[in-house]
Amino acid sequence: MNGFLAILQRDLRLALRQGADSVMVVAFFIVTTTLFPFGVGPEVNILARIASGVIWVSALLAAMLSLERVFQADYEDGTLELLTLSPVSLELLILGKVLAHWLTTGLPLIIAAPLMAVMLNMDQDGFVTLMVAMLLGTPALSLIGAIGAALILGARRGGVLVSLLVLPLYIPVLIFGAGAVEAALLGISATAQLQIMAAILLLALAAAPFATAHAVRQAME
Amino acid sequence: MHRFAKPSVFLKFTAPILPWLSALTVILIAAGLYFSLIGSPVDYQQGHTVRIMYIHVPAAWMGLFCYVGMAICGAMSLIWKHPLADICARATAPVGATFTALCLITGSLWGEPMWGTWWVWDARLTSMLILLFLYLGYMALVNAFDDPERGSKAGSALALVGAVNVPIVKFSVDWWNTLHQPASIVRMDGPAVDPSMQLPLALMILGFTCYYFVVLILRVRLELNERRIRALHLSGMFEDPETPASAKEQAYEAGHNAEAKQ
Repeated sequence: MNGFLAILQRDLRLALRQGADSVMVVAFFIVTTTLFPFGVGPEVNILARIASGVIWVSALLAAMLSLERVFQADYEDGTLELLTLSPVSLELLILGKVLAHWLTTGLPLIIAAPLMAVMLNMDQDGFVTLMVAMLLGTPALSLIGAIGAALILGARRGGVLVSLLVLPLYIPVLIFGAGAVEAALLGISATAQLQIMAAILLLALAAAPFATAHAVRQAME
Repeated sequence: MHRFAKPSVFLKFTAPILPWLSALTVILIAAGLYFSLIGSPVDYQQGHTVRIMYIHVPAAWMGLFCYVGMAICGAMSLIWKHPLADICARATAPVGATFTALCLITGSLWGEPMWGTWWVWDARLTSMLILLFLYLGYMALVNAFDDPERGSKAGSALALVGAVNVPIVKFSVDWWNTLHQPASIVRMDGPAVDPSMQLPLALMILGFTCYYFVVLILRVRLELNERRIRALHLSGMFEDPETPASAKEQAYEAGHNAEAKQ
């Protein structure tokens, strides 16, 4: 547990000292969302209708673009090799890294999402559901994304590759995340969708650290 | 099973099978095409367009079958480190991707006259499209490393993670109420397809499956031979004109044995 806390603290400190990273993710999210009114036109009804989908897709892309920094820098300067050799279980250390990634990208996105929802004219009934769905969905994105980030260590053109690997696996989160908000906007209970999202999160939490640790060990061979 | 994981045993074992399997594939697909295009009745509602089914359904079956095969090969290569399992998984991916694409294209051609649209975002269609993306991601990942060994290992892990999608494709029509019809062949109370249509469908499915195994054997043999040639080039035997023919043969055998020992 000490190792887990130490790595969490280290990654958070690195993210805070370098600073720009979290801000960049949120900026990317806001800019991408802003593009849609230009693309589909500023008509209020249309924007309100597509708001939940637009916010989810932008959040997905923002989470994906920040995946590189989970392992890449540590891989290049050799830190990852030392982590692999350490007596603390690698799965636990990876869980710490993923949690740090979520705290620096997922959490700011959840805070920024209602702002974008207001700008896209989404009905107020959906706000709470949107935030709860993102609270369940974004950790799953970080967990699943870590597998992809570990698989591409040492690959050529890794950045493009990670999108091809990770986005298909993100689709279930997108479907149920947008579906939950949609249900809330229609006045139906969104419990079913939220429960499925919780199930996805638990499954990812149980399986992803092992798959990621396996991929990291392969990259070190 | 582990006995066949040796490349040399695989080559020896498949050499006599290959011509028979190829002949069987040709016969099955020829008979299947005859019955599906000429020897089967026209559907009372769909007319001749029903014949698209005899390509569409086997292609969909092969798309899933190849993915399961690829995931099993991936698991075998991760657990027992068989080099042959890696080669099989690599050889399967393009075949599976082609069948999945074929399934999507024929489905689209069938959907236009029947549903009045080329594409709908229905659960079955979407999950099949994701399957195609998974194949493409696998192929891109496997070829993205300078060290082919590392590429295969990363690919195996991805194939296993992506296997989550296979049951989603299979049961999507039961879980979501969609435009695509529910399962009509593999179900608890027997197939719901008319017997006159079952025969061509069964022939085509068997034919496509045999075709896959023929292509798999050919691709694995090709890969093994390529590796052997590379090993010989590295040892410099080919470049030296002074080397007597018997020494070349010896080197060939040596390469063969070295591979078998892996």
